[in-house]
Amino acid sequence: MEKPIEGEKKVFMTGNEVVAWAALAAGAEIMYGYPITPQNEIMHYWTRLAPKYGRMFLQTEDELSAGFTTIGGVMGGRRAFTATAGPGNVLMQEPMAMAEMMRLPVVVIIMQRGGPSTGTVIYSQQEVTLTTLGGNGEGFRIVYSTASNQELFDYVIKAFNTAWKYRFPTFVLGDGYQAKMREPLVIYDPEVRGISPVPAEPFLGKPGVPGVDRPPGHYRNTYNTEEELYEVIMGLARAYEAIIPEVVEFEEEAVEGAQLLVMSHGVVSRAAKSAVRALRRDGYPVGYFRPITLRPLPVEVMRRRAKEVRQILVAESAYGQFARLVKEALYGLQVEIVPLFRPGLGINPEDIYSRVQELIKGGEKGAGHIAATHA
Amino acid sequence: MKKPLKIVVAGEGGQGVQAVAEILAEAAYDEGKEVLYIPAFGVEQRGGVSLAYLQVGDEPIPAPKFEKADIVVALSGRAVRRTRQYVGPETIFIYDTHADVQEEELPKEAKRLIPIPGIEVARKELHPRVFNILIMGALIKLTSIVGLEDAKRALEKRLGHRFEKDPSLRELNYRALEKGMALVS
Amino acid sequence: MQGILQPPMPKSWRKETKPHKFCPGCGHGIALKALGQAIDELGLQGIAVFGCDIGCSLLAWDFFDLDTVQTHHGRTIPVMVGLKRARPELICIAYMGDGGGYAIGAQHLVNAATRNEKITAILINNTQYGMTGGQMAPTTLPGQKTETTPYGRDPELTGYPTQGPEMVAAITDERAYVARGTVARPGQLREFFKRALQNQIDGRGFSFVEVISACPTNWRTNAKETWEWVEKLMPTYFRVGELKVPEALRGKGVEAKDEETP
Repeated sequence: MEKPIEGEKKVFMTGNEVVAWAALAAGAEIMYGYPITPQNEIMHYWTRLAPKYGRMFLQTEDELSAGFTTIGGVMGGRRAFTATAGPGNVLMQEPMAMAEMMRLPVVVIIMQRGGPSTGTVIYSQQEVTLTTLGGNGEGFRIVYSTASNQELFDYVIKAFNTAWKYRFPTFVLGDGYQAKMREPLVIYDPEVRGISPVPAEPFLGKPGVPGVDRPPGHYRNTYNTEEELYEVIMGLARAYEAIIPEVVEFEEEAVEGAQLLVMSHGVVSRAAKSAVRALRRDGYPVGYFRPITLRPLPVEVMRRRAKEVRQILVAESAYGQFARLVKEALYGLQVEIVPLFRPGLGINPEDIYSRVQELIKGGEKGAGHIAATHA
Repeated sequence: MKKPLKIVVAGEGGQGVQAVAEILAEAAYDEGKEVLYIPAFGVEQRGGVSLAYLQVGDEPIPAPKFEKADIVVALSGRAVRRTRQYVGPETIFIYDTHADVQEEELPKEAKRLIPIPGIEVARKELHPRVFNILIMGALIKLTSIVGLEDAKRALEKRLGHRFEKDPSLRELNYRALEKGMALVS
Repeated sequence: MQGILQPPMPKSWRKETKPHKFCPGCGHGIALKALGQAIDELGLQGIAVFGCDIGCSLLAWDFFDLDTVQTHHGRTIPVMVGLKRARPELICIAYMGDGGGYAIGAQHLVNAATRNEKITAILINNTQYGMTGGQMAPTTLPGQKTETTPYGRDPELTGYPTQGPEMVAAITDERAYVARGTVARPGQLREFFKRALQNQIDGRGFSFVEVISACPTNWRTNAKETWEWVEKLMPTYFRVGELKVPEALRGKGVEAKDEETP
């Protein structure tokens, strides 16, 4: 069967369309999904493209089912994925807790919309807490936060390999703006970039007769005693911590000599980068830092950078969800953390530029929080 | 670093607002420009004002939306009211003279107010269905984000299959483009 | 010594995990034996995958020499649906209780049935929530005392017992197999399971078997009372038999095979 993408190709696409192409290019075999704005077009493109390449789709009755059928798919050894947003992401946390407990390599695309509740169908960065730490677990998952349609393509491909290599549920965290906006990017056959698929293997339905040729695969998420569970969780924790250095990703610019660092993630980091460049040009000692993995966070480099500056401006389209992760990462350091929170609303370069200008000119301290609350 | 040109096009459903933004975006993209186009979408979109945000520049576009636009095109009374928030002292505000709008509802703070008789010209001299192409003509004249030939190429790309069947459609669309350009010169 | 007198375990049972973990007198053991026999007779051990729910059914997570996954409460049907869609050659069995199938996971049962998902769902009806300590279930009988209906279930307040197979029969097309068996007639139950599995093997459609079962622990019944419930009382609310049999599966004398008693 022909490849979905031959070589490389410059295209002008919406983020949702990009996700469908990326999943195809990554060799995803089946998508399970339930309609919710703003991710619907991922399903629309997938259902149009998938049959041409022998891929499958199932529309489920809700996001619980979308998540659990995805689990069924990966347990059958297929590269399976789903996509959701907002209230759907809330329901998705139940299956993701099971995936976390059992280290199932599910891939989930999240297109954040406004919350809480039904919120808006449009945009936010308010699903950070849910996506990184949702469920009744410890957040043993990998979350990539993308900033552009190019990154959506790159990280959806990467997510399948990360999931199957490390066996932790893997999320690509986009948002409604990225879902619906059209911009130029290059799509490619992963092999031309030296990316080969990490093989998927079945958990259930392995070759041979269980009990005759091999022991049966018995998978559970329920344990009988506290001690039994404790051992399992500690095993998960050790496995998760061991992969952190390999998994973490970040982007930084102009951090040399910076007195103030603008920290952001996802689509807001575009505005942050643009603002920092303008501020630098105008003589302000400002740096740009953006974690790409929100879970695990690149804590080591964040702490190193935080020690070099006096202030960190955290800009996010949420009321402090990302900032909480930052504060935890920087716990104990004497750097001032200043918020620029616009829940459910986009952030433009001008917003960041003027806030940084105020902070540096005014030497303002008042609005910030000290990370080292117990210092 | 030059900031991208920020455009809002707004109108009633069926006026072809999204098509204008999309064709322009395609044309600019084909010219190798950095482009970001995003439609407004919300739960009241069906039956509401249709809004398109378009940015074109030489460097990556920093944010999908923006506070103030360089150019706002409002094609109905509701669109005039809905787009007011994007108008600042640097904004060129284009509105259709047939829009159901009170004088005091027009954004006086705009750098320039440009009334154009688009609906009327399309109806009387062209065909109502090329109204949006006429508006596109006005936009490329004002912005120079793409040239006339680029716009024609983009139209060909999008509507070529229809032009094949009925070559007079091509001519009609080209005339609409040129007419639109003439309306703002 | 005891083993000599016992009928042999089904081949597909995992010997290492026996004796099993269910309470004395529980109906799960009988149902799982009938299922094991059906799997053996159809030769499915190499291709059958067993999914079990939360509630007492989770105790079956290591019961069979089958690849098995224990899922969340009510979510066994979607996990098995996802697996079946991804691996159509596998025979996927979703095993759950009445709470999982008719309450928290009802949407999955209804939608898997209407989509004619080619899996086999087995639901154990013991009229209450066993694992959590005996609360009212959708299947609780009118007047039955449970921990959340201490004065007896009042149909005015909480309705009548869910008619699960009747509902599934009503919403499926002619490709579905739907039956209600009972642990009081394990031979018949085994045949129901075989037909339900055959329907999946044939790639025809959804199959659903409810099993009338016993919970002496929470019913607080002795052996005699327990069997009166299962054999006499419950069938007055839940009619035993096949509700929907695709044409191709018809014609076998299921009733005739029911010579065994538990």
